[in-house]
Amino acid sequence: MAAGVAAWLPFARAAAIGWMPVANLPMPVAPSNKNKRQDELIILNVSGRRFQTWRNTLDRYPDTLLGSSEKEFFFNEETREYFFDRDPDVFRSILNFYRTGKLHYPRYECISAYDEELAFFGIIPEIISDCCYEEYKDRKRENTERLMDDLEDNKDSKLPNMTFRETMWRAFENPHTSTMALVFYYVTGFFIALSVITNVVETVPCGYMPNQRDVPCGERYTEAFFCMDTACVMIFTVEYLMRLFAAPSRYRFMRSVMSIIDVVAILPYYIGLVMTNNEDVSGAFVTLRVFRVFRIFKFSRHSQGLRILGYTLKSCASELGFLLFSLTMAIIIFATVMFYAEKGSSSSKFTSIPASFWYTIVTMTTLGYGDMVPKTIAGKIFGSICSLSGVLVIALPVPVIVSNFSRIYHQNQRADKRKAQKVQKARLARMRISKSGSSTAFLHSKRNGLNQSLELTQLPYYKMKLSPQGSLEEDQQLKKTTSLLESQHHHLLHCLEKTTNHEFVDERLYEQGYLQTALQNFPSQSPSLSSEEGITGTCCSRRPKKNIQPLNATHTHSHTHNLQELSALHIQCGEQQPLNTSRSSLNLMSDESGSLNCKSSGLVTTAIISIPTPPSNNSRASPDAPSPPNPEAPPLLNPSSTDVVKISAL
Amino acid sequence: MSSPVKRTQWDEELTQFRQDHGLSKKVLLNCCLVRRIISWASPSKKDSIEDELELSAVRHRPEALEQLEAQTRFSRKELQILYRGFKNECPSGVVNEDTFKEIYAQFFPQGDASTYAHFLFNAFDTDHNGSVSFEDFVMGLSILLRGSVQEKLNWAFNLYDINKDGYITKEEMLDIIKSIYDMMGKCTYPILKEETPRQHVEIFFQKMDKNRDGVVTIDEFIDCCQNDENIMRSMQLFENVI
Repeated sequence: MAAGVAAWLPFARAAAIGWMPVANLPMPVAPSNKNKRQDELIILNVSGRRFQTWRNTLDRYPDTLLGSSEKEFFFNEETREYFFDRDPDVFRSILNFYRTGKLHYPRYECISAYDEELAFFGIIPEIISDCCYEEYKDRKRENTERLMDDLEDNKDSKLPNMTFRETMWRAFENPHTSTMALVFYYVTGFFIALSVITNVVETVPCGYMPNQRDVPCGERYTEAFFCMDTACVMIFTVEYLMRLFAAPSRYRFMRSVMSIIDVVAILPYYIGLVMTNNEDVSGAFVTLRVFRVFRIFKFSRHSQGLRILGYTLKSCASELGFLLFSLTMAIIIFATVMFYAEKGSSSSKFTSIPASFWYTIVTMTTLGYGDMVPKTIAGKIFGSICSLSGVLVIALPVPVIVSNFSRIYHQNQRADKRKAQKVQKARLARMRISKSGSSTAFLHSKRNGLNQSLELTQLPYYKMKLSPQGSLEEDQQLKKTTSLLESQHHHLLHCLEKTTNHEFVDERLYEQGYLQTALQNFPSQSPSLSSEEGITGTCCSRRPKKNIQPLNATHTHSHTHNLQELSALHIQCGEQQPLNTSRSSLNLMSDESGSLNCKSSGLVTTAIISIPTPPSNNSRASPDAPSPPNPEAPPLLNPSSTDVVKISAL
Repeated sequence: MSSPVKRTQWDEELTQFRQDHGLSKKVLLNCCLVRRIISWASPSKKDSIEDELELSAVRHRPEALEQLEAQTRFSRKELQILYRGFKNECPSGVVNEDTFKEIYAQFFPQGDASTYAHFLFNAFDTDHNGSVSFEDFVMGLSILLRGSVQEKLNWAFNLYDINKDGYITKEEMLDIIKSIYDMMGKCTYPILKEETPRQHVEIFFQKMDKNRDGVVTIDEFIDCCQNDENIMRSMQLFENVI
């Protein structure tokens, strides 16, 4: 329940009078304000700055320090105020949370200081409201990354017992780890550069043979260039094999982009070795040499920026695609137009539409070589329109790509964002849990038999039947955690149940019940239902109230009430595992109920038995029995299956 | 639901301007250039913008504490507590139906409380102006919590009688009952069947409709309820809510 709405609870309860004439069952007794005191102002002295608020305001969140009795530890008798030796600035936000129900994160605060204060006051950071949550998460992520970076710097000299393979891999990936790695890094870099330069210089004409034209250096110094090529390829092959050996997952390594580039860089050489210097295949051989230029991509291992560029292009695939598509469209249109415009003129270069493509591309990209120019007036007009539109079409998608690049460059890869998204999902899940806590809190309290009416009427039975073990403390514990607000809310829901003669159950039970009713053919009367009208309290007294115990508890309650009725015992294990921190969920009273729940992971057993035979629950779980006493209620249970105890695998 | 400071200032200035120049609100709005542009751009949105302006300009201040004390059966302190809670949730001083539904739905997380909240809203909104002010709120509560049984039954009858014609028909009752069952939600035990609300209505009519004419009048209703112990007892249930 949200904070402010708690003030409307009296209204909701009053409105419940609308259900009264319609209800067929008597209503449960309202929880009494036993210790009702006038709402008073309490003073919170935080490091000298005094805050004042109503006591009720703080009681809205009983799972936090200020809302529970934990604040009594900080009560100062002489000054009659609560003293906290904490930061008063952060306390402002925390107190506002109680007042408005929204927790805000002030931007000027240090993230770790804020976290500490939240932890001290028992508030989970997930409930920071949406306006401030992004900021909070971003700052938190930055902080953890910085911490991790610091850690990693210290971590380098550790890990002495890495295998040789792992050391090698780390050396390859991160050249700063050791001197050897650095040397290797620079050597490979040098050879890549050497190989590229060799390829380039090969084609430069150097000198000339006396009888021939200029020959490229490659043909003049064939052996030298061949030796250099061989040396480079040797180095690259060795490097590739070493990386392959060291890779933790070879399959994945072989599929990675870098290894493909490596392979493509060295393959032409080997293919060239294999093939003979034959006239037919020499053409293909020459083509293969083109692939040697791919060696330059090996530099991307040495340069972060290059990698990000490649990554950007990959991630902007859709924008690039759009650019290409729109360009193609425009080219075709303008080429067609120019062709037909220039058809009339003689000696025009625009011989066909594909031939006009070249003109269109050159014009649209504002290159304007001038090898093809329109001569007719119509051609010139369309030519100018073409160049103007070219500017527009190209200018539009380019900024998108540019901004993408800058964004990626600054934000450091998508993997971190994916991590953040996972956290977002976890956050939503936690919020959902704490929000649904209000509905499950009611169910929990039902299961734990917290209905106050029980205490009033059933007390003698209840107390008698309890084994002397932990019952009294549990009782007090449970009483402590139910704030008045909660009990009133539960009473309201209880009244609704009585009005409609149906009960709230959680999802799993609902599905179980659904399956059950699907199996049942016909309803049957419940035998000898002695309904006790009279005091309204007895409608609840018919429930044999039992505590939820761990499965291996020795004591069970046998309910020797005089009523004979068919009842379905629902043995429920709470599906809400209590969240990690002790006061994590603000609305969920799961602390006690969570610890009381079955240790096994949420299994539900439905046992159908009839009282007064001692219930066969001594075997397994402990039952909590709601009962539909109303003869008008459509009974669900087939009496023939009376003594069947269905127990699902435990 | 708090409006930003700017808007408050603006509408104060607006009111001032209006008063100074003796213009009616409508005229002023019609002259407003901004509104003209907006209405030109999106003609269908005319009403909503005006509505928004209307609602934001409405700052309802309740009557004085003494008056309310005289009119209702609450003590001064109780009224203070009530108002504080009310104002917290609705800073503008009035609740419109959507906020009302929202607030009411928070108490019934498992089901859908909007239909019942709608009926409740109509029951509280005694002057039928589409919003519940603090006076309406407190009057309603006064009847519910401090009124005599007769008054409470009267109020309940008023709630059930959707079209306020003095008779509860089966259809009206069916709507009410369905809305109550809606609040239970889906996950109930036993499973909610289609005919359960109808059966419930039948039971109700059997009990209440003495002359079997298919409608329940206020007298039949009050008579019957006064003879039913359960109902009488449950009416006293919420005495100590405040």
